[in-house]
Amino acid sequence: MSRIEVLKTYKIFIGGQFPRTESGRYYTPLDSNGKALANICLSSRKDVRNAVVAARKAFGPWSERSAFNRGQILYRIAEMLEGRQAQFVDELMRQGSSKVAATNEVNLSIDRIVYYAGWCDKYNQVVSSVNPVSSSHFNFSSLEPMGVVGVVAEQSTSLIGLVSHILPAICGGNSTVVLASEKLPLCAVTFSEVIHSSDVPAGVINILTGSPEEMAATLASHMDVNALITSNLESQLSNKLSLLSVDNLKRKFDYEVNWVEKDKQALHYISDLQEIKTTWHPIENVGGASSSY
Amino acid sequence: MITFQLINMKKELNDNWDYSSSLEAINHIQLKKKYTLFIDGKWIAPSKNTYFKTINPANEETLAEIASASKEDVDLAVKAARKAYTNVWSKMPASERAKYIYRIARLMQERAREFAVIESLESGKTIRESRDVDIPLACNHFFYYAGWADKLDYAFPNRKIESLGVAGQIIPWNFPLLMAAWKIAPALAAGNTVVLKPAETTSLTALKLAEIIEESGLPPGVVNIVTGFGETGAAIVNHPDINKIAFTGSTAVGKIIQKALVGTSKKVTLELGGKSANIIFEDAPIDQAVEGIVNGIFFNQGHVCCAGSRLYVQEGIAEKVIKKLKQRMESLYVGDPLDKNTDIGAINSKEQLQTIEKYLKIGMDEGAEMYQPKCAIPKKGFYCAPTLFLNVAQSSIIAQEEIFGPVLTIQTFRTVDEVIQKANNSPFGLAAGVWTDKGSRIFNLTSKLRAGVIWANCYNKFDPTSPFGGYKESGFGREGGLHGLSAYLKLS
Repeated sequence: MSRIEVLKTYKIFIGGQFPRTESGRYYTPLDSNGKALANICLSSRKDVRNAVVAARKAFGPWSERSAFNRGQILYRIAEMLEGRQAQFVDELMRQGSSKVAATNEVNLSIDRIVYYAGWCDKYNQVVSSVNPVSSSHFNFSSLEPMGVVGVVAEQSTSLIGLVSHILPAICGGNSTVVLASEKLPLCAVTFSEVIHSSDVPAGVINILTGSPEEMAATLASHMDVNALITSNLESQLSNKLSLLSVDNLKRKFDYEVNWVEKDKQALHYISDLQEIKTTWHPIENVGGASSSY
Repeated sequence: MITFQLINMKKELNDNWDYSSSLEAINHIQLKKKYTLFIDGKWIAPSKNTYFKTINPANEETLAEIASASKEDVDLAVKAARKAYTNVWSKMPASERAKYIYRIARLMQERAREFAVIESLESGKTIRESRDVDIPLACNHFFYYAGWADKLDYAFPNRKIESLGVAGQIIPWNFPLLMAAWKIAPALAAGNTVVLKPAETTSLTALKLAEIIEESGLPPGVVNIVTGFGETGAAIVNHPDINKIAFTGSTAVGKIIQKALVGTSKKVTLELGGKSANIIFEDAPIDQAVEGIVNGIFFNQGHVCCAGSRLYVQEGIAEKVIKKLKQRMESLYVGDPLDKNTDIGAINSKEQLQTIEKYLKIGMDEGAEMYQPKCAIPKKGFYCAPTLFLNVAQSSIIAQEEIFGPVLTIQTFRTVDEVIQKANNSPFGLAAGVWTDKGSRIFNLTSKLRAGVIWANCYNKFDPTSPFGGYKESGFGREGGLHGLSAYLKLS
């Protein structure tokens, strides 16, 4: 007798835990043959608000980690994903990818994580400045994370879009609330499991499955979300989210990018989600000693 | 120290001792009776032939008549800017662009005294401030950005840079010429052309700047100045052929602008309101801190987006600081902006004075304790005595909303953690001040305060090389320094 396979329950990821949606709702996305992929949580607006609370709580400690430590944790994500490569390829294929495309997408995702892991302790050196002011002050500008970043993940990919959004955000010390691809949700849930085993502190990444149409407005109008990123979103929804974002002056970025391309990773995806802080500190200026000798 | 000795002398002599007035001469300035619009290098009468009066807020006398630009006038200005961008400015070698901007800086320096007087006359700010702060900084801003024009490739590593096109810029009345410089200089250096609207109560120095621009030989249409009210600003924001909107002003108007721009491809930067915390620790040099508090909130009559309007004093020194602060406030002169003795000039407009007075009433109704020094206030013109509020709660309206006047709220705190939480508990995030002798504490606070500019043991310092701008609802984008360039460039 052949062995009965143990099927996985796909759940959402909030505050480092895997609850089902508080609403108890589900939906059933189909594979390319019209067969049900799985019962997926149809998360609610309340789930979004809970995720924002978790992300806000996680933001302070995460942003205060040393940049080197963040780099190690991001690298750890890549290690964990590498180990689960076959599972992701399988899920991508179940969601309609060819084997070659699936393998490429997973490999690129792993490499992209390594890329951003390396940026953690470097971007601030590249983009900061010491400003030669005329008065007797030491004046410098450096980057600080914006805070809680809402992400409406790219809808036409299951993994690479998600990775391309989340990694630059957390690389720079932000925490995130992510709405996964509605039609291709499997990798988002499995990626949550990768994060869970990668030393990423609870709440830094929160991932919800369901309908972005339903949930994105809550994210865009939430007064405790500092920035919102979307990509390749149809303009009507994008404009609606832009309008809602104005109430607390969320920084909003709409990327039109094909994330499957190799070079769609860059410093500015990190620095877009950073504020510039300028500090003035007086310099004592007494006596006649000079630095010449 | 000298100041304090003088205060004591003044007290001993029972207030009979006073400074003689030291008025700045105004006979050297050149003002026209009537100003038209500066479009395409020419002075053009407004299409609807409507003008409004601009007054001296210190005595309510009319200074000049200013053209009110209609939608059609704005359209004309945008067309001129587009033509100049396409035909001249975008084709000019960057090093040549730089030389024009340098020229403007030099011409401004040459006429700095005249500009300072006109700025004080129309805005109400003290002549000491416009002479020593506003005008020099405005000149320096042009000088600084001029040099960037042919070095832009160095500013954003690994990115392709392009100018945006026509920039529409709307500026406030609190630093009229300086804000014009903050907007125009980086825009030109980055290769854009400009349509700028000054605030309706402070058009004159922008128009004088237009004269300098004309004198500099800058190609016609590269900078256009359209004067007017909110409708003129709206015409700029909504114009379909503008590529970039830069706005400095209130958070409320900033949000209206951003909503209006949804669905367009216009790039936008907003520099908006604030309610900045000024934090004094027990180990701070107290006399210096008191000067810093005074400078933080009473500089420019408190018409400063980054004013240190929320004072947090550590409990152990609260009594001492408040006593010294009150004593220092007794020595502040409120009066004629053109008098070099004046510390606090005129409130810019009757409307703003009414807004401030509304908040004073709210403060008293909320149960806070108000203190104003016994200073003489001129009978004519718009003035407000420097004001403190004690017994203020974190939830008080006067501690939450931007007043934009010489009004300070005082609260106390015990621990570093407590003051970080209190200071960050605001929808704004423009600036903060920290006063302590301990360097490590400064850097703890500077990294934990959610604000764009942190002044350690100083306040209200500005420099063209130093990026300025806020977090949260204080807006986005930076002005000044290398980072200020990105507001005017397409990076890809």
